[in-house]
Amino acid sequence: MTQTYKIRVENVSKIFGRDPKAALAQVQAGMGKDELLRQSDHVLGLHDINLNIRAGETFVIMGLSGSGKSTLIRHFNRLIEPTSGRILVDGVDVLTLNDHDLRAFRRKKISMVFQKFALLPHKTVMENVIYGLLVDGMAPALAREKGADQIRLVGLAGFENHFPGQLSGGMQQRVGLARALATDAEILLMDEAFSALDPLIRHDMQMQLRDIQARLHKTIVFITHDLDEALLLGDHIAILKDGVLRQVGTGPEILMAPADDYVARFVRDVNRARSVTCGALAVAGQPQGDLVLDASQPVEAAFSALAASDLPIGVRDGNGQIAGVLTRATVFQALARA
Amino acid sequence: MADGFPELFDIRSFGRAMDQGFNQIVANYGETLEAIFLPVLKALVMMEKVLLWLPWWGVLLALAALAYAASRRWTVTVAVAVMTFCIGVIGVWEQAMATIALMVISTLLAVLVGLPIGIAMSRGKRMQAVTLPILDIMQTMPIFVYLIPFVMLFGPGKIPALLATIVFAIPPVIRLTNLGIRQVDAETVEAVRAFGASPLQILFSVQIPLAMPAILAGINQTTMMALSMVVIASMIGAGGLGYQVLQGIQRLEISSGLMAGLGIVLLAIIFDRIAQSYGQRMQKSLKLES
Repeated sequence: MTQTYKIRVENVSKIFGRDPKAALAQVQAGMGKDELLRQSDHVLGLHDINLNIRAGETFVIMGLSGSGKSTLIRHFNRLIEPTSGRILVDGVDVLTLNDHDLRAFRRKKISMVFQKFALLPHKTVMENVIYGLLVDGMAPALAREKGADQIRLVGLAGFENHFPGQLSGGMQQRVGLARALATDAEILLMDEAFSALDPLIRHDMQMQLRDIQARLHKTIVFITHDLDEALLLGDHIAILKDGVLRQVGTGPEILMAPADDYVARFVRDVNRARSVTCGALAVAGQPQGDLVLDASQPVEAAFSALAASDLPIGVRDGNGQIAGVLTRATVFQALARA
Repeated sequence: MADGFPELFDIRSFGRAMDQGFNQIVANYGETLEAIFLPVLKALVMMEKVLLWLPWWGVLLALAALAYAASRRWTVTVAVAVMTFCIGVIGVWEQAMATIALMVISTLLAVLVGLPIGIAMSRGKRMQAVTLPILDIMQTMPIFVYLIPFVMLFGPGKIPALLATIVFAIPPVIRLTNLGIRQVDAETVEAVRAFGASPLQILFSVQIPLAMPAILAGINQTTMMALSMVVIASMIGAGGLGYQVLQGIQRLEISSGLMAGLGIVLLAIIFDRIAQSYGQRMQKSLKLES
């Protein structure tokens, strides 16, 4: 493929312990995670991860706790260094950066939102939001101007002089988001950013992130253990288990064609009718009848028409062209795979 | 004598060599060292003079104002004012001023030296592993032992008293600075690292401010230990309340010893109240905000 990627992860492995290099050799010789832990007290965090992340997309890395997803995301801004492998951002291997360049990279190019917010408790909302700008040496007056924009953007105008402890969890995470957006970084790392929030607030935040992303087109790497959240936000989803990448694909691809048993069990309970789009199920054919659906609509939009008649329903792509048809048979087949 | 104990090396000649070596240092560098510490001596004498030059109610007002600034509570302020008044009532005002001067200067110097050491300790396991046993020794060594080398170097007077007090009082501020910085939430530090903060920026914008309650507790303990050292330091010429206690022993006068002792207790309560209420207020505001 000739497409250029924003972030490339190449053969990254990470082992925690006294002598990671030696342990890595054992892993490459075929030793499993459990055996490694038993024999040499080393923890296999990540094993031979390869990822390609496109500019402007939201890339979700999903896995249960202990799967290595938080370890993986910390490799992108080198909060954690891999035992082996390369991480390329815009073609530059971040592992080759010296201290000074690494700091500049973190200040300008990549920013991060944390699960437990990790705000500075002794600083106000405004001071938290402009922290990254001040660290980069921006004049305080200018930084405050920019900070005020970001605070407005996340809907916290009026709370500039509050302290984080005076805000609810959802509001604190908005501060975290504003802090990450303030530096104008092209890449946004979100480590379970919404996991600590109540379900309703979480949904609000997901929608707000989608709005912001539609305007700003950042490259977002989003970590979650919540499949619904992954399907809602992710252009591509990577599923991680025990430090090994099990499948990478779009939401519908993963739902319709799970790569292995683990992924299949993972996605079993998802409401496919709502998560799978018409476009993903369309097959070649000639539409009959009046109803034509957009490729991006969920399959459930076709249910009432399919219930009423057996005729194939047209599906049109983004350009308005007919891309294919949905029939009762294909839809039922697809949904029955669970 | 413990007969038959294996004599691994000749401790007597080792002791002689040590004494001789130190005598040489005294002979060669005594004057230089005295010159180095002359400014400190001047500051100490100056502070004592100012405290005695001020009318008693001026000192009382200053301490009350300090108490209010630290606590923002009238109860603490009034209590401090009343206790300061009592110091005058029991007739040890002048000695108390000398003691305050010695305590304040030695605490200041202890903090000035101790903070950087504590910070350095918090940054590496090795530094901590080396420093902790030294601090343990400093705190368990009988205080009188410190007096010997300082008196030899400077002769009896205020400077050896000050230095011995610093050595005795410095461990808490070092320990608690180290502990406070180590207890700062690792995620908060990681977050600012992710935003490209340099180690110095992390230290000054996050670690020290968040460690402040612990550091203040350390300074408070250092102050108290400095105060408890004044009686002993008076044996080598520190003057002040401790000297009056010493006189009480020499003349077998219960009254003068008791009054001076009460004065020390009052000073301890005054400075402890001021420091503690400031620490509590700070901790409360940090809790509210986190």
